[in-house]
Amino acid sequence: MCLAIPMRVTEVHGSPEDFTTSQIAIVDADGISREVRLDVVDHWPSVGDYVIVHAGFAIHSLIEAEALKNLSLLKELAAQMPEELLS
Amino acid sequence: MKYYDEYRDGASARALVAELRKVVTRPMRIMEVCGSHTMAIFRNGIRSILPDGLELISGPGCPVCVTSASHMDAFIAMADRPGVRVAIFGDLFRVPGSRGSLANASSRGAKVDIVYSPIDALDLAARHPQDLVVFLGVGFETTTPTIAATILAARNRNISNFAVFATQKTVPPALTVLLEDPELQLNGLLCPGHVSAIIGAGAYIPFAEKYHIACVVAGFETTDLLTSLIMLAQQIGAGEARVENAYARAVSWEGNTRAQQMVAEIFEPCDTQWRGLGLIPGSGLKIREKYRDFDAEVRLHVTLPPADEPKGCRCGDILKGISNPRQCPLFGNRCTPASPVGPCMVSSEGTCAAFHKYGLEV
Ligand code: SF4
Repeated sequence: MCLAIPMRVTEVHGSPEDFTTSQIAIVDADGISREVRLDVVDHWPSVGDYVIVHAGFAIHSLIEAEALKNLSLLKELAAQMPEELLS
Repeated sequence: MKYYDEYRDGASARALVAELRKVVTRPMRIMEVCGSHTMAIFRNGIRSILPDGLELISGPGCPVCVTSASHMDAFIAMADRPGVRVAIFGDLFRVPGSRGSLANASSRGAKVDIVYSPIDALDLAARHPQDLVVFLGVGFETTTPTIAATILAARNRNISNFAVFATQKTVPPALTVLLEDPELQLNGLLCPGHVSAIIGAGAYIPFAEKYHIACVVAGFETTDLLTSLIMLAQQIGAGEARVENAYARAVSWEGNTRAQQMVAEIFEPCDTQWRGLGLIPGSGLKIREKYRDFDAEVRLHVTLPPADEPKGCRCGDILKGISNPRQCPLFGNRCTPASPVGPCMVSSEGTCAAFHKYGLEV
């Protein structure tokens, strides 16, 4: 049930404090644009950030730099290791 | 930019597999708590490359699977009431209660709608003012904030023909039950990704300390899972028991405080029944008095009927990690995804469904 792929935010509507407005972002997931709710997102995203979505609601937002940092750690780890086949 | 492709990169995965083989220096038992991890581990072929000595046990983290037969019967009875339209996540549709499923109720005329989000259930209520739309709340910490937000939206939009039958559960009390069980003998926990995005990696510190168990919060991609298993094996090999966060791109130490606050506004803890694990104190959530107008149990005077678990089904032992599906005599013959006997075969995150789909001798 958990969709782990972060989706890129292309539009943000509403304000984080005002729950009577529609708190909505438009996201891009592999070229398909979708609407997600921002009611319970941890940090209010800006256009260009990424969000992780569960059941139509963004639950976490991250900036590109965070995503890349995580990635470079993984790469470093991998680079120190010998190549070996899977089986 | 599609940076996440890198997390599926074959070359890094191979290097990580080699490293995992190196760090598993003694026999160890690790439980993957979350059903999405169970599925991801099978799908990525990780089960087939595990080094000897590393035993992976599936845990209770499939929300549909731990929903008791009694709750299923109450859901079905609710769908059968005139004037009620129930909205559910698709996984619940074919789960058997003690007499049939919501699918059976639907074919005899009950109104059962499958939705993608609780907010879709609220839109259904707006479109069907003559029905009371009841969202059947099944899920863990990740799902509950979305339900809380939907209840607040219902209030803001003045939609009064909407209610929630709340049976969501929280993971830490179930972990306590498992870790108290002398039969299980776990050395490590692969902690859920998106449950932890809400509750925070810090939530596992009491477990690491009290039960001396290594805890690593993991993401869902191949490299995430392999890295997390390496971290667990390193800790266990060194005799350590700490909480490490290998999914920092989604999970912080304190979690999503905004979602936590919204959940606390609408819900309060209660005792609830888990399939397989029994009644666990404080592991359920009920709607607070202040929001009783949105509580289907209050509005429709629900009582939970006593119910029998499906005959011969061993989901209970499987959810506790003490049996695996191959030890169930019904597995693959009387019980298949096309004709499931128990919930672990119905849900796309169920351990029996995973074993059946990926057909591995493990
Ligand atoms: S194989 Fe079917 S009957 Fe056996 S434990 Fe799994 S769900 Fe239950």
